Amino acid sequence: MPIPKKKMIEMYTTMMKIRMFETKVSELFAANKIPGVVHLYIGEEAVATGVCATLRDTDYITSTHRGHGHLLAKGGDVKLMLAEVFGKKTGYCKGKGGSMHIADIDLGILGANGIVGGGPPLAAGAALAAQYKGTDGVAVCFFGDGASNQGTTHEAMNLAACWKLPVVFVNENNMYGLSSCALNTMCVADVADRAAAFGIPGVVVDGNDVIAVYEAAVEAVKRARKGQGPTLLECKTYRHRGHTEGDPGTAYRSKEEIEEWKKKDPIPRFEKRLLQGKVLTKQTMESILTTIANELAAGEQFAEESPYPETSDLTTDVYVD
Amino acid sequence: MPTMNFAEAIRDALRIEMERDPNVYLIGEDVGTFGNVFGVTKGLIDQFGEKRVRDTPITESAIIGAAVGSAACGLRPVAEIMYIDFIGVALDQLYNQAAKMRYMFGGKITIPMVLRSACGAGRGSAAQHSQSLEAWFMHVPGLRVVMPSTPADAKGLLITAIRDDNPVVFLEHKLLYNTKGEVPEGEYTIPFGQADIKREGKDVTVVATARMVHYALNAAEKLAADGIDVEIVDPRTLSPLDEDTILDSVKKTHKLVIVHEEVKFAGSGAEIAAMVAEKAFDYLDGPILRVAAPFCPVPFAPSLETEFIPSEEKIIEGVKTVVQG
Ligand SMILES: Cc1ncc(C[n+]2csc(CCOP(=O)(O)OP(=O)(O)O)c2C)c(N)n1
Ligand SMILES: [Mg+2]
Repeated sequence: MPIPKKKMIEMYTTMMKIRMFETKVSELFAANKIPGVVHLYIGEEAVATGVCATLRDTDYITSTHRGHGHLLAKGGDVKLMLAEVFGKKTGYCKGKGGSMHIADIDLGILGANGIVGGGPPLAAGAALAAQYKGTDGVAVCFFGDGASNQGTTHEAMNLAACWKLPVVFVNENNMYGLSSCALNTMCVADVADRAAAFGIPGVVVDGNDVIAVYEAAVEAVKRARKGQGPTLLECKTYRHRGHTEGDPGTAYRSKEEIEEWKKKDPIPRFEKRLLQGKVLTKQTMESILTTIANELAAGEQFAEESPYPETSDLTTDVYVD
Repeated sequence: MPTMNFAEAIRDALRIEMERDPNVYLIGEDVGTFGNVFGVTKGLIDQFGEKRVRDTPITESAIIGAAVGSAACGLRPVAEIMYIDFIGVALDQLYNQAAKMRYMFGGKITIPMVLRSACGAGRGSAAQHSQSLEAWFMHVPGLRVVMPSTPADAKGLLITAIRDDNPVVFLEHKLLYNTKGEVPEGEYTIPFGQADIKREGKDVTVVATARMVHYALNAAEKLAADGIDVEIVDPRTLSPLDEDTILDSVKKTHKLVIVHEEVKFAGSGAEIAAMVAEKAFDYLDGPILRVAAPFCPVPFAPSLETEFIPSEEKIIEGVKTVVQG
């Protein structure tokens, strides 16, 4: 079935929103306006976009330390995200969480996560809740190639398989866990090969092709909704930036490799397709970008002008009163 | 004496021990060519090779487990957990396996391993990358808990840790890595259970750990201007705890303030306060006071994180409260 034009435009908008958001965060970080650390998603936009385009607001996702893209793709609010990344009281988590801990429960976003491998068991739990309540809700777990080596990840996949939980494990294989190349951290060619260990389907797609990601996710989500259990969907991709802002990312990756992958940038590829398929014109693209730029500018201003939390906020929210 | 920073002092200790004993090896995430996220292990892979500086996948359970198993079989691993916050993923291997094996097996096994990890707040790293969890480890019989505050202490204590036949948790405050100090050349050890008096004084005892030692020292200088003479005791190892040095100091000053970055509730200071109350109650002129973090996770926003971390001002205030009764 061809993908509806509206869906294509929605995905283009999401990808561009992520790219432009992350570019802005990178600039703001360089300008010392953002405390702590940020892990950017530039280069990997097609994964979150293609997967989340198959989800409903009522579906759940678990995210990672590199979470901005997942959150935006699941409908996260730019203003609230930027304010949180700044550590402002008006942010998603009242400034208490920061980039690595943004959540929006109303949108089914069960949080970015500072613990590599923290998300998969949570996703199994969210899927359990959907199954238990008899909704046809689905949980998607985003996790990296690095996280695929954690025991928690394997335990979650096994449990989800045993109970046929409606969860899709979306592996973002960008080939590196911080400085460690996946070639040295696993001895199977694809993370998806590991699905065999749990008796679930393992699918590999070009994670820089948003259409391929979308189509594979449609299948996996359909399976989950029908009660047929989890899928491990591996998306091959690459991060353009270092592990964090401030890491040049070149101590453990060659310049050639980075350049090679930049040629496979998911955004120009999708743009070309949209133009050739006459889904969008250059002009409509421009107007989409202007809208995003305006939204980001407003978000930045909101974040800048917002106050930091007050010291009286320090010990609130620890318990339910 | 050469001057070096805390990270270099730790590297120096690792190098000395690896040169001395071929069974000493490093295991952890990004400890090889990347040289650890704070640069602590930089260059060691060039000298000792991949066999002895072992980069692992992201797999904390297996890191600790492999350290425990190989220690049980004659090696002396120095395992690294990048941030102590990540220990939760691997806790079983530490507290149910490493810590208890000797006891459970009737003393028939030794687990000579060190677990090094970065702890502490102050870098905007939020709730899962900033904790101080020393009290957790203190609570487990079988573990030793080391928490140095200076480069010289870090080096001597790490060498002791590596030579110790027990599992040792070695906690490095991440904001100390760049702090400098004089460090003796070559090998030397600092015995566990031997506190160090970082400043002598007669009016009040301040027991402080890790980064808080430096805050306390600064506070003491300011308090000296007000005529209050502070003695600062740095336990250096929390388990075993040098009770005698703390008690002797309290018997001299009759007043006690305990400063740590952990949350106050059930923190290491609670143990120290209880110990002093049990053993030197009659020497105290008034209540013991703790200056420590409030009972909440480490917040992200700079305005909150600053408030979370005990400050010089709060130490000064605490000392004055105790001294002025
Ligand atoms: C339990 C745990 N171990 C280690 C880390 C440190 N760490 C943060 S991100 C990261 C690399 C993660 O790699 P991957 O899962 O591939 O995600 P990517 O960064 O490539 O998106 C590491 C080692 C952590 N945050 N949590
Ligand atoms: Mg990765």
